[in-house]
Amino acid sequence: MFVLVVGGGKVGYYLAKELVESGHEVALMEKDPRRAKQIADEIGSIVIGHDGCEGKYLGEAGCNRADVVAAVTGDDEDNLVICQMAKHHFDVPRTIARVNNPKNEALFRHLGVDELISPTRMILGSIEQDIPVHELLHLAALGEGELELIEAHLQAGSPAIGRAPKDLAIPEGCSLFAVIRDGVATPLRPDTVMLEGDKVIAIGRQDCQELLHDQLIGDPEAAPAS
Amino acid sequence: MKFVIVGCGRVGASVANAYDLAGHEVVILDIITNAFDRLPSSFGGQAIRGDGTDEDVLRRVGTASADVFIALTEGDNRNIMAAQLAAEALGVGKVIAKINDPVRATAYAELGIATLCRTGLMMDAIDAHLDLPLSDLPGMLAPKGHHHGPGHEPAAAVIAPTSTQEG
Repeated sequence: MFVLVVGGGKVGYYLAKELVESGHEVALMEKDPRRAKQIADEIGSIVIGHDGCEGKYLGEAGCNRADVVAAVTGDDEDNLVICQMAKHHFDVPRTIARVNNPKNEALFRHLGVDELISPTRMILGSIEQDIPVHELLHLAALGEGELELIEAHLQAGSPAIGRAPKDLAIPEGCSLFAVIRDGVATPLRPDTVMLEGDKVIAIGRQDCQELLHDQLIGDPEAAPAS
Repeated sequence: MKFVIVGCGRVGASVANAYDLAGHEVVILDIITNAFDRLPSSFGGQAIRGDGTDEDVLRRVGTASADVFIALTEGDNRNIMAAQLAAEALGVGKVIAKINDPVRATAYAELGIATLCRTGLMMDAIDAHLDLPLSDLPGMLAPKGHHHGPGHEPAAAVIAPTSTQEG
């Protein structure tokens, strides 16, 4: 596979290095000539010391025959443009962008970037997993990014407690498929009764998550004092 | 008409002032407050400090009700992202982005935004002054397509890939 990596910061550097070691053909574009030289000295002559946002240099780097373009610079606007140029101008089948500001995720998806990696979102997700929250936790984006893997922690006030999936109004486009209880994951069947403290794992479209929230989280404020 | 302009450099300030004088409603954004010193004291529009690539900022300054959105910062990619936010997220009808890289200028016209390429405009102005044949570089391009519409012409063939070079 030929992978074109744009951005020679820490992420781009280690990415290119790993890809080379797994036997892929790799080109790394880094616009700062000193940084480009430094990386070339370490991992060999796969480094192109030009700006990967410039159409001319993307072409010279062989973008039109790349299987994957990964835009991993520190600037969201650059990563967006690199992926759009790769996709629409060079017909690259798969584009991956690093998104630093989580607010930009929707725009990037809408504009056709195939996969988004958001370090901010990932760290946020890890923090949220450790503290009680009355929200759905977003574990991962699936497919084209329209589907999400979701975790719901059933706490007092959840309408799902003491009921089974078949008794809930699960919105169309969502599927509950596993429950984690006492650290053990088991498949969630239509008649499995859910208990307080359960973690329910679901896959759902983004647009039906509000309904899913109502069914699984409910209104914690309305919880009876226990 | 209502104009939202991002980037208060020489061009941005001149455009904002001209449309203000012509009686239009003008909002101009820049991330540096000092940039607004380029506007004359008679400027009657709004000059607001803020990042034009931030959807919330654009929303707050009323971009959704703008007739025209023009991105004129120094960065091609910042202009592209601001323009796409205005067109796709906020539904502005006429969106123009300054893109000095001719390849990107052509590509984004095909993706649905009007592009303005200084490289091509200046080249043609010089050619015209010298009575030489005009370049084939893009100048002001009208939008020709849509970002997810069918029929993107892969123009990659015009750029011959060369062997990998060392930086």
